[in-house]
Amino acid sequence: MAVHPTMLAADPMPGTSEGTSSVTTISPLATLLAAQQTDPTSTPPFQLVDEHGDLTAAGREVGVDLDLAKDLHADMVLARRLDQEGLALQRQGELHLWLMAWGQEAAQVGSVRALQLSDRVFPSYREHAVALCRGISPADIMRQWRGVAHSGWDPAESNVHINSLVLGTQTLHATGYATGVRLDRSDEVVMTYFGDGAASQGDVNEAFNWAAAGGLPVVFFCQNNQWAISTPTATQMRTPLHVRAAGFGLAGYHVDGNDVLAVHAVTQHAVARVRAGEGPALIEAQTYRLAGHSSSDDPKRYRTDDELAGWQAKDPIVRLERLLRSSGVDDTYFDELQAREEAFAAEVREQCKTLHGDDLAVVFDHTYAEPHPVMESERAQHVARRDRTVA
Amino acid sequence: MGTRYALGAAINAGLRAAMARDEKVLVMGEDIAALGGVFRVTDGLAAEFGTDRVVDTPLAESGIVGTAIGLALRGYRPVCEIQFDGFVYPAFDQIVSQLAKMRARSQGRLSLPIVIRIPVGGGIGAVEHHSESNEAYFAHTAGLRVVSCSNPDDAFHMIQQAIASDDPVIFYEPKRRYWDKGEVLDEPSRSLHEAAVLREGTDCTLVAHGPTVATALAAADAAREDGFSVGVVDLRTISPLDVPTLRKVAAASHRVVVVHEASTFLGIGAEIAATITEECFYDLEAPVLRVGAYNLPYPPAHMEDDFLPDVDRVLEAVDASLSF
Ligand SMILES: Cc1ncc(C[n+]2csc(CCOP(=O)(O)OP(=O)(O)O)c2C)c(N)n1
Ligand SMILES: [Mg+2]
Repeated sequence: MAVHPTMLAADPMPGTSEGTSSVTTISPLATLLAAQQTDPTSTPPFQLVDEHGDLTAAGREVGVDLDLAKDLHADMVLARRLDQEGLALQRQGELHLWLMAWGQEAAQVGSVRALQLSDRVFPSYREHAVALCRGISPADIMRQWRGVAHSGWDPAESNVHINSLVLGTQTLHATGYATGVRLDRSDEVVMTYFGDGAASQGDVNEAFNWAAAGGLPVVFFCQNNQWAISTPTATQMRTPLHVRAAGFGLAGYHVDGNDVLAVHAVTQHAVARVRAGEGPALIEAQTYRLAGHSSSDDPKRYRTDDELAGWQAKDPIVRLERLLRSSGVDDTYFDELQAREEAFAAEVREQCKTLHGDDLAVVFDHTYAEPHPVMESERAQHVARRDRTVA
Repeated sequence: MGTRYALGAAINAGLRAAMARDEKVLVMGEDIAALGGVFRVTDGLAAEFGTDRVVDTPLAESGIVGTAIGLALRGYRPVCEIQFDGFVYPAFDQIVSQLAKMRARSQGRLSLPIVIRIPVGGGIGAVEHHSESNEAYFAHTAGLRVVSCSNPDDAFHMIQQAIASDDPVIFYEPKRRYWDKGEVLDEPSRSLHEAAVLREGTDCTLVAHGPTVATALAAADAAREDGFSVGVVDLRTISPLDVPTLRKVAAASHRVVVVHEASTFLGIGAEIAATITEECFYDLEAPVLRVGAYNLPYPPAHMEDDFLPDVDRVLEAVDASLSF
C-alpha cells in the first residue's frame, strides 16, 4: 500500500525563503549556512474516499474491503447516535455535561479498529466512539458525565485507560506504558489520543521526544478538529503536527480524518511499523468538531456558519454511506442498521437512568491502597453525619 | 452610591478600569478574547482594547505564566487567567520557582507585577479538576501574595489593587458566586491585605474567605436565632494574613472557627489556628476549630454536597466550640 511516513519525504532545504532574502543576498555567511532550514511544508492529507463518496486514485489502487467498510460505517452510526442521545439526556438534566464527538467518528473508529484488542489505548475525553468499539457500555461511558464517578470503566477489561481531562497528560502515561511493553519484550502497541489544543502542552512534546529518543512502541493520534474550545489551530501552532513529527524523530502521517477507510489504512500501516520495532509514530487526522465544545458551549460566539457548512459537507458518515450505496450495498443493510440504532438508543436512555452514585464513603476507601488513619477517622465522621441527617 | 454588579461582571469592570488606566496592563489566557472566557469574565475586553492586550494564548499554562514573566521583565503588567483551578498545576514550576523567587534571586532588582486569576472551588456540579481549592499550595510559597474575593465590591476593587501591586498576586475568584449580585462602591473600602469584619460577635467568630463567606454568614444567622452572638470575618487576604484583625476578633469573642472549602490538613485554617493560639492563647476559651472539606481528592459532583462544608457543619463546630 502506498502510504509513506512524511518524514521519509521531508528533505532539509537550504535557506532561500523570502523573509531572509536581504540577508542571504548581502551576507557571504548566508551562503555558508547551507544547513539553515526553511519552514517545512505540509503534505496533503491522505484520502481513499473523497468528500462526495467517490474513490480517489489511491482508493482505486488500494480497493475497498466492503465488509470492513460496513463494519466501520455501523460503528460510526452508533457512535453518532450515542452523541445525540447524550446531548438530549444532558438537556433533560440526566447528565451534567456531554462532550460531543460529532464529525469525529471516522477518526476514532478508523484508528481504534486498526489496533489489536491487546493494544492499550490512552484516550483524552472525547473518545466515546473509541470506547464503544472496545465494547465499553453506554452506561460506563456516561457515568463520568452524569457526575456519579470520575471514571466509567475498568481498563483491565477494555484495555482502554480511563479518560484524562488535564490536557495532554495521557501522552506521557502512554509513553511510560510503552516503556513497560518494551521491557516485557511484548509486541503490543500503545495508542494515545489528544487534540490540536493539547498539542501545545509541554507534556505532549515531552512525550514525543521521549518516545522518539527511546524508540518506543507508541502511536500518537491527534484529532485535529480545528478548534480548542474557541481557539483555532492557527493560534496553537505554526508547523502542522504531521510535519512537527519529523523534528522529533517520529514517523509523521497526515490523513483525512473524515475518511474512515483512509484513517484505518494509515493507522494500520503505522501500527505495523511500530509493532515491528521501527519506533513511534504520529498521525494527524484532519477533522472537525461539528457541535460545540461541550453541552455548555455556544460555538456561534467564535466560528462562522460558513465554516460549519463547509465541514458538514465533508461529513464522514454521509460520505461512506454514498460509497456503500454506489458499491451496491442495498436498503436491507441500511434498514437493519436503522433498527439496530433505534434499539441502541433505547438502551442508552435506559442505561443512563440506572446509573446511581455511590456514597462519599467509598472515596475514603479508594484514595489509598493501604490503611490510612485520616481516611478512617474522617470516614467515620462522614458516616455519622450522614446517618444523623437520614435519621 | 454604587452600581449593582454580579461578581464576575465586577471583575470584568475592574479589569476594564485597570486597562484603561495603564496601557501596560494586558490580559492573557485560554479562550479569553473571542469567547470572553468560559465564565465570560473577560467579555468585551478584546473588542475594547484589541487582541494585542487581550490575548488568546496557546493551550499551555506553563507557557502562560512563563511568558507573563518575560512580559513583566519587559515592563508590562500581565493578568493571566487560568481556566479552572485544577489546570494551574502545569504552571506550578513557573509560579513557585520562577514567579515567586525572581525578586529575591535578583537581590530585589527584578519585580514581577503579575496577577494570576483562578476561578476556585466547587458546588457547581462540575467534572473532575474543575472544583478545587488549592490556595494553600501558593500561600505556602514566599514571594507570592494570595487573595480571595467573596463579593462584587471586593472583586471590583481587589482586582485593581492586585494589578497595581508590584508583587505577584494569586487572585482567587469563587466560581459558584460569579452570578451573585451586590453593590459596587466607587472607592475601595480597604486595602488589599486587610480582612473585613462583616459581623461582630461576642460568643464566637467565624473566619471564612471566598465561597464560604456566604456559608459563614448563613451559619451566623442561624446561631443568632438560637441566641448566640457569632461574628464573621471575611479574610480577603490569605498571604499575608491580616493578623491584627484576627487578634482583635479572637480577643472579643474568645472562640474562633475557621471555615474554608479546601481540605483541612495543612490548610489555611491550620495556619490561622496556630497563629491565634500563639498570639492570643490567654484570650481563648476553646481551641480554634477548623471546618473544611474532607481530606480527599475532590469527589464526583454527585457527592460534593456531602464533601463540602455546609451550614450544618459550621454550626456543629460552633456548638463544639461553645461547649468546650
Ligand atoms: C491543562 C488543561 N488546561 C485547560 C483545560 C480546559 N480545557 C478543556 S478542553 C480544552 C480545549 C481542548 O482542545 P483540544 O485539545 O483541541 O481538544 P478538543 O476539545 O478539540 O477535542 C480546554 C482548554 C484542561 N482540560 N486542561
Ligand atoms: Mg481540538
